[in-house]
Amino acid sequence: MRSAKQQDIVATLGLPAGALVVSLLVFGMFVAGSGANPFTAYTLMYMGGFGTWFSWQNTLQRAAPLILTALCTAIPAHLGLVIIGGEGALVLGGLGAVVMALHLPGSTPWLVQLAMALAGMVAGGLLILVAGALRHYRGVNETISSLLLTYIAIAVFNHLVEGAMRDPASLNKPSTAALGEAYMLGMLPGMEVHWGLVYGLLACGVVYVLMSRTVFGFAARMAGGNARAAQLSGLPIGRLVLTGCFLAGAAAGLAGMVEVAAVHGRANASLAVGYGYTGILVAFLARHHPLAIIPVAVLLGGIGASGGLLQRRLGLPDATVLVLQGILFVVILASETLRERLQLMGRVAS
Amino acid sequence: MPYDRMLSRRALLRSAALTTAGWWAAALSVEAANPPIVGFIYVGPRDDFGYNQAHAQGAAAVAKMPGVKVVEEEKVPETVDVQKTMGSMITLDGATLLFPTSFGYFDPHVLKVATQYPKVTFLHAGGLYQEGKHPKNVGSYFGYIDEAQYIAGVVAGHTSRSGKLGFVAAKPIPQVLRNINAFTLGARSAKPQTTTQVIFTGDWALPVKEAEATNSLVDQGIDVITCHVDSPKVVMETCERRGIFCSGYHASQAALAPKGYLTGAEWNWEGVYTDFVKRFQAGEKLPNLVRGGLKEGMIRTSPYGAAVGAAARQQAEDVRAQWMAGTFVIFKGPLQSNTGTTVIPAGEQRVQTDLSLESMDWLVAGVIGSIK
Repeated sequence: MRSAKQQDIVATLGLPAGALVVSLLVFGMFVAGSGANPFTAYTLMYMGGFGTWFSWQNTLQRAAPLILTALCTAIPAHLGLVIIGGEGALVLGGLGAVVMALHLPGSTPWLVQLAMALAGMVAGGLLILVAGALRHYRGVNETISSLLLTYIAIAVFNHLVEGAMRDPASLNKPSTAALGEAYMLGMLPGMEVHWGLVYGLLACGVVYVLMSRTVFGFAARMAGGNARAAQLSGLPIGRLVLTGCFLAGAAAGLAGMVEVAAVHGRANASLAVGYGYTGILVAFLARHHPLAIIPVAVLLGGIGASGGLLQRRLGLPDATVLVLQGILFVVILASETLRERLQLMGRVAS
Repeated sequence: MPYDRMLSRRALLRSAALTTAGWWAAALSVEAANPPIVGFIYVGPRDDFGYNQAHAQGAAAVAKMPGVKVVEEEKVPETVDVQKTMGSMITLDGATLLFPTSFGYFDPHVLKVATQYPKVTFLHAGGLYQEGKHPKNVGSYFGYIDEAQYIAGVVAGHTSRSGKLGFVAAKPIPQVLRNINAFTLGARSAKPQTTTQVIFTGDWALPVKEAEATNSLVDQGIDVITCHVDSPKVVMETCERRGIFCSGYHASQAALAPKGYLTGAEWNWEGVYTDFVKRFQAGEKLPNLVRGGLKEGMIRTSPYGAAVGAAARQQAEDVRAQWMAGTFVIFKGPLQSNTGTTVIPAGEQRVQTDLSLESMDWLVAGVIGSIK
């Protein structure tokens, strides 16, 4: 006889693991259908994502921005909101960071980096805050508004990067002026992975504590569970929604700052490459649990890292990786429906 | 399940794993062997009928060369992803020569990875190499495709009945403006009253906007359209459906518009890449900066479509002969911009290698449209 808690752990870890295995089997059939050997594909995926030290760095590097953008969807989810505007917050975060760096010349690097991070978080936070405010005060659907705000954010970003903020020397790839090597974030010691990974891990830890160990987290989850009941208990719903949305946008904004400060050294169209959208997938697969985001992001990072090898060795198209992501998404969401049945069975057995 | 069947399945799995492991070891050991492994990286799909397909055709030509192995990866964004893709091709595939083909891969991505792997050669499409500033194992090449656009303009100018041409362009950057200007000057050399209406879509791959732009151009009475976007597919198909002429870009789109396709400005990456790889195999030091046009074989035009008349062919071939002789100049004074300022004074000329052309920020008279 197992305790309820043990059963819960079995369900929490067992279901996603089972779903992963099922997804890989379905994917194997897809690969076989495309005329390649599924076992070769599995081997290559393992090698490309996790098989060598280079592969691990590749995977972790790809996971880093996803951890932060996933928080943009995961935090509001605890409040019962579905926010999908991470891409817009990331882009504005990158822009905010560049503006800050270009206006603080000659300061010490760590100070500039801190200011950039804050500016990026504020810029991203404000964007999602707008979606939260529209939801709370005007009853506008936050999913739609955050998506539309993303389009606006990217348009504003392009307008500035190709207009007022354009470095005249960036002829054929319009970009802002460069930060300068001194203000770049650099790599983690001993590996080719930038500091964004550490920021992401820290952010997940902070959000976990915030959501499970503080009054704010409790109130937020209560508001997410039943807004009416929370309101009757005297909880400030508006403040909770606005704070939650701001924090969400701040996480994606920080991802934008990292892209600028650790990868590109300037802001240009390469910021909007879809990290914000993949983050939504990560958040849903992690069931919005801040700590579960980390392994899920690493898994998707690994799939991304191994996708190249599948293309190169098996001649499979790039979309193969998207197929696997799609299968994974559907199977994991479908496995959720088994959860209650599993728990019920456990209860009957005991 | 009977035990023996389980065993056989396990044995099957094991043998499969062993096969792949052996295959893997064989694949890795290629590193030391002589035939070079050449990696090609594309920013979009390699069958886009455009920018990426042109490069993929070059890669396919290299793959046919004896003793060369080609590895390819498509849809790699201009982020840390391309850095890791290059690293992966080098460390896992043993590639020693890489062609990262997107313009935006160069700074900072190619530069950074090239410093990490000084023994690997990186050849980038974009012509951005600067002596003394960039690593020595990096090369950059680019073609003067405006030469072919000029010829396409001559053909378009002759063929258009309305004297109104259209240009669907991605961004108002120098490379694009140079193509629009060359196309227009070519057309006006055929018929001086010809105009080119330009629409900027804002990005390199926006199929819906490109279709809208094409339709709105056709609605204005324009009867020949060309473009400078990553994939001209949508523009060409829309032109064909609306029953007007079109002129291709990057690769040949003749198959998409069998009736209306006039000609097109194409890259000849097949020639360029096989030449590079041949010299690489021979152990030659590859030049860091290679630029050229029709004469150097970096650029070509699509074969003329059926609708191209004799006069058009004759003038176009005449211009081509002058390019091949190295005597033709597109940008020469007196040249007015479409805002009325003189951009090149009378008596002056800017030959193709003139660096001032690479920061072009004007549209010639005859172009309807604005950069701002």
